Amino acid sequence: MKTIFKFLFAITIVSLVFSSCGNEGSSKKGALSSSAAEKVYVAPGEHDEFYAFVSGGFSGQLAVYGLPSGRLFKVIPVFSVDAEKAYGFNEETKPMLNTSHGFIPWDDSHHPDISQTAGELDGRWVFINGNNTPRIAKIDLTTFETTEIIEVPNSAGNHSSSFVTENTEYVVAGTRFSIPYPQKDMPIDEYKGNFKGALTFISVDPEDGKMNIKFQLMMPGFNYDLSHPGRGDSHGWFFFTTYNTEEANSLLEVNASQNDKDFIAAINWKKIEEYVNNGGGTKAPANYAHNIYDEHTHSATSTMKKEVLIVNPADVPGAVYFMPTPKSPHGCDVDPSGEYIVGSGKLAAELTIHSFSKMIKAIDDKKFDGEAYGIPILQYEATLAGSVKQPGLGPLHTEFDGQGNAYTTFFISSEVVKWKLGTWEVIDRKPTYYSVGHLMVPGGNSRKPFGKYVLAMNKITKDRYLPTGPEVTQSAQLYDISGEKMELLLDFPTIGEPHYAAGIPAELLKANSKKFFKLDENKHEYATKSEAEAKVVRDGNEVHIYLTMIRSHFAPDNIEGVQVGDEVFFHVTNLEQDYDVPHGIAMIGAQTSEVLVMPGQTETFKWYPKQVGVWPFYCTDFCSALHQEMQGYIRVSPKGSDVPISYTLDGDAVDAE
Amino acid sequence: MKKPKLFMVIGSLLLLGLFVFPLWNITLEAPQYPIPLGMDIHINKFTDTHEFDIKNINLMNHYVGMKYIPETIPEFKIFPWAIGIMTGLGVLIGFFGNYKLFLGWFILMSLLGIAGMYDFYLWEYDYGHSLDPKAIMKFTNPDGSIMGFQPPLFGSKDILNFKAHSYPRLGAYLMFLGMLFTVIAYFLGKKEVTI
Repeated sequence: MKTIFKFLFAITIVSLVFSSCGNEGSSKKGALSSSAAEKVYVAPGEHDEFYAFVSGGFSGQLAVYGLPSGRLFKVIPVFSVDAEKAYGFNEETKPMLNTSHGFIPWDDSHHPDISQTAGELDGRWVFINGNNTPRIAKIDLTTFETTEIIEVPNSAGNHSSSFVTENTEYVVAGTRFSIPYPQKDMPIDEYKGNFKGALTFISVDPEDGKMNIKFQLMMPGFNYDLSHPGRGDSHGWFFFTTYNTEEANSLLEVNASQNDKDFIAAINWKKIEEYVNNGGGTKAPANYAHNIYDEHTHSATSTMKKEVLIVNPADVPGAVYFMPTPKSPHGCDVDPSGEYIVGSGKLAAELTIHSFSKMIKAIDDKKFDGEAYGIPILQYEATLAGSVKQPGLGPLHTEFDGQGNAYTTFFISSEVVKWKLGTWEVIDRKPTYYSVGHLMVPGGNSRKPFGKYVLAMNKITKDRYLPTGPEVTQSAQLYDISGEKMELLLDFPTIGEPHYAAGIPAELLKANSKKFFKLDENKHEYATKSEAEAKVVRDGNEVHIYLTMIRSHFAPDNIEGVQVGDEVFFHVTNLEQDYDVPHGIAMIGAQTSEVLVMPGQTETFKWYPKQVGVWPFYCTDFCSALHQEMQGYIRVSPKGSDVPISYTLDGDAVDAE
Repeated sequence: MKKPKLFMVIGSLLLLGLFVFPLWNITLEAPQYPIPLGMDIHINKFTDTHEFDIKNINLMNHYVGMKYIPETIPEFKIFPWAIGIMTGLGVLIGFFGNYKLFLGWFILMSLLGIAGMYDFYLWEYDYGHSLDPKAIMKFTNPDGSIMGFQPPLFGSKDILNFKAHSYPRLGAYLMFLGMLFTVIAYFLGKKEVTI
């Protein structure tokens, strides 16, 4: 018996020792993770160092996060309707989603890019592409609202978009899917030689940012996957990766993976611009929507454009070349100096880096290796700067830190790899969780990157977060890249698929952020600038309610004379002139969203009363201590009733004329 | 020009600063207002510290039934004349008067200043106590009387969730400096005569 006790005692001691060892181990890990925690901790009331504009992928939106904290500040609706902000629901923003296919309430938003001046981020606008129904949107970084969307005709799968040139001369949109040009009813298997890939150069007005399609370059029927502008010496050129140079039209996973090399297309857009400015190109009929939101009318208009200028590359000799690049290159990234063009052959065992200066020399020396549809193919060796050997599996995208290093994502081996420009040696690699797509260094695609962090955006999260049924959260990961080795700091969940992002130091933006709209400057057709002007007007079966909101009431708040079968317009103006005092409004039975009205703004929603009775409306944004009291009633009478239109606030009746 | 006269003339002229710079300021701080709301009081107008501050002060105050800050008050007609006349008088005395008149000017100016402050107090009292009987929120003092919301005449005071600050501004400081100059002028003048 005694021995058993001794034995048990010994086991207890041993296990205590072991468990305390274990504790020591975990406390060490704790100390490590607390240093990562410190690096991402932004104390309450403090601001993040960077804004990150992270695309929402198949959500169609653009989300605004702070870095290094990973906190979500806002989801900017761009291509998809958003009931929270009434985007695409209120009468003012419906035209934003108009296209040649009609009102499209959704798209797939992929590649945000911040406007640049002299190759550096200027923080005026973010551009982003809609993939599915080809569109480019512009977001104003004073209001953080989508203010312009232009549809891209003759395009399909708007993927190699929306990247800006060094002075935001152009935002560029390339088509992933080639299609018949002009569109026509034809057999699909006659693709080869008949389909075309349009690369669209959209000029951006340097003053107001207004977009206009300057020209479309009608390229051979390959798939134009990604692109980036030249900078520095290579400013004036644009580079596009291609795959499916086989021109397959079915089972592309096999049939578009046959060629040993596809191309990076190098486009001298300055040369084409000159050609176009001298009357070159062919005006062709088209039909595409151009939608503009005006900050003063608080309303969007949609205009259908009927013509586009087409340029055939064969007509501008010396403007377009192909650089052979191994194995269906995906990412096409240009380093801050503009000398290196990184092509990530996604099926290749190495990363290919072309040299811009060698490319120019090869062109001068006519080092050609045949041509494709009249476009010269440069000799592979003649443009090659070097390659990163055995870097990982499935290279996708590269960004730069401005210190001579590049960071490339590897989808299949699920990692970020740091390597050195010029020597092409791998310096460090860190796993991602899991299957990383794009990565982002703030300013990482400009002449001046802010190389402190890299954000990796993952396609899969599996077990990284608390499970939420079959559909789990999307995620991004933040790495510190200020040292020689990268350090994983943070996982944070994101909306939609965090496809790609653009980051910018907060100091460049936050002072420009608008606080509210001035009521004096409100040019909305149905604005009501004081309670004295509030009214209800019947026009046939249309009833227009000119409603005002201020803490904490609507004016008017009792409305009579509305009838079943009417079309009732609520034109709601927020009379507040203070920061962060929005009011919302919702009407029972309205087949639309609430509207959320910023101070000084007017928004409109429609209501079709279907039932006789007295029906309430109320404020949806907790605006003040008496928010719950902010409500009103509308009396709905049967059709043809003789109850006149009347509207009151606190018993002060003013009958309509 | 002799020193006493110079001080008297410059001291009087410093009053003109009131036509450019605000006399007084009331600022309201609250947790929800990290940038405080403020109102500058000039001799002829009220102005926002930040655009729309007065509108927002009115909006806040309507909850407790306070009146809107008026666009204008009768004092705005009187004050510019009073300051203008006192400046002119001071300059005239400076050039042509003797040191005793310097003191006389100072005493008159002080009386006017006290009257102005008293008038300001009366306005503030009325502003803080004439409450709408239908006020949304009614507060009572511990003794059961209706709570007033009078801002302090000078200094800082807690009023519900707000901290109210009431202090002179540059115009008033220039006026005080000017009045000090006239007192100096008096003593210098007196010294000259004694010598």
